[in-house]
Amino acid sequence: MSVVTIQAVNKIFGKAPNQTVALQDIQLEIEQGEFISLIGPSGCGKSTLLRIIGDLITPTNGTVLVNGKPAEKARLDRDYGIVFQAPVLFDWRSVEKNVQLPLEIMGKSSQERVARANQMLELVELNGFQKHYPYQLSGGMQQRVSIARALSFHPQLLLMDEPFGALDEITRERLNAELLNIWSHTKTTIVFVTHSIPEAVFLSTRVVVMSARPGRITQVIPIDLAQPRGMETREQPRFYELVTQVREALRGSEGIK
Amino acid sequence: MTAPTQKTLTASRAASNKASRVAWSDRVRYYLPTLLIFFAVLILWESLVRAFGVKQFILPAPSAILEAFFGSLTQMINLGLYTGAEALGGFIIGCSLGIGVSLATSRWTTARETLLPVAIAANSVPIIAFAPVMNNWFGVSNQFSKMAIVAVITFFPMMINMTRGLTLVEPSALELMRSYAVSEWTVLKEVRIPNSLPYMFNAFKVCSTLALIGAVVGEFFGGTRDALGVYITQEAAQFRFQNSWAAIVIACLLGIGFYLIIVAVERLAIPWHASVRKTDQ
Repeated sequence: MSVVTIQAVNKIFGKAPNQTVALQDIQLEIEQGEFISLIGPSGCGKSTLLRIIGDLITPTNGTVLVNGKPAEKARLDRDYGIVFQAPVLFDWRSVEKNVQLPLEIMGKSSQERVARANQMLELVELNGFQKHYPYQLSGGMQQRVSIARALSFHPQLLLMDEPFGALDEITRERLNAELLNIWSHTKTTIVFVTHSIPEAVFLSTRVVVMSARPGRITQVIPIDLAQPRGMETREQPRFYELVTQVREALRGSEGIK
Repeated sequence: MTAPTQKTLTASRAASNKASRVAWSDRVRYYLPTLLIFFAVLILWESLVRAFGVKQFILPAPSAILEAFFGSLTQMINLGLYTGAEALGGFIIGCSLGIGVSLATSRWTTARETLLPVAIAANSVPIIAFAPVMNNWFGVSNQFSKMAIVAVITFFPMMINMTRGLTLVEPSALELMRSYAVSEWTVLKEVRIPNSLPYMFNAFKVCSTLALIGAVVGEFFGGTRDALGVYITQEAAQFRFQNSWAAIVIACLLGIGFYLIIVAVERLAIPWHASVRKTDQ
């Protein structure tokens, strides 16, 4: 069953004559267990598309189904977890309380909350930091807390909006590997917005290449690198071929430069 | 990615223990210059008054002020308690109203957008000018007339700051809450109110000073002999300036005490905020 179905979606911001076509005629089908990256230049609407899947933005027209339901129903059913570029942790909550936030909102018992938070912090390798506060953590650690929070209620779908965009290259590569590990453990379907070509290739099962003004999907590139992937994946010739392929697709999508 | 080992955790705990051990000498080093300057000013003041034979009605020496202060300590304390009660009462009324109104308007954007400019405009009115009016409305010898002045003075800064704190929320925090499909009430409870606490304590600090100014200046326009403001003006009128100065000392102590209580509560209430948290991490 497909987890996300997007049919003929358009998004227009503003009113004529100052309107911007953020997304034009988007068609996309995402299957259970896929890892999809949306890549494209700034202003191509990739973050807008992610927010439309999460029903944080309503499309101007078109259909969006998540788990076979309209996107709004899926949001109301809390079918997905979301991670932003900023960790968006609450300063007044300790690490474990931040992770427990969605569980509190869903009215889970405190026993279950503690157990799940511990399990999630274990998963993102932050065991022992339960009582710390966000300001005591590095940027990379904060983002891992944010991932733990998004996964704490075991959503089937994880939406990630440039989650590692603000981190340095070394931390980013580490977290990429860690995210793949989490993905294979949890079998969560992931939609991942990024600017980085190697990141998209390394992580994804398919890379969706988008172009700007108007935002369109120009190409969908399947990534056939073997699973599980690790540091050595980045050194394979196939990795470079795919990086080149995505780069050329991006270049083509922007016209000759 | 290496897992955070027990070793690194113990190390960070050891570091914070060490920090609390050296805290005393740090604290002394931190406050010492302030104390030195304070006493240096007092000594300079005393010696200048003596050296130039400054008339006591122009500027009494610190020693004379202290003598007057301790000479009538009970009366000074009573003056402080009387005016302090007015300031505190008005502070509580004004701040509660300010918090209440901003909570109400934070829910309705239109209410906020119409009210906030009015509040900001009203905040720039020298509200103390209404003191004689309040004395007239509630009775000059009634402590409530001073509380009313203080309440009006403290209301606007409280409301404006609180509204900022409730509305200046990270947009993605609101998106996160929307993804959880929660009610506006939950957003208020989980995001807006905690986010507003640092702003609220800031307003408390501003208002604590304003409250004392309001109470004392309100008393300048009339009140009973138990009031600091009345005492200050009457003693000054009879050229017993050392007594006025002694009363000013009480007013200062009240103000400092008030402020310190707020700072202490702030530390307990929002230990996570950048203005309060320890920087040894």
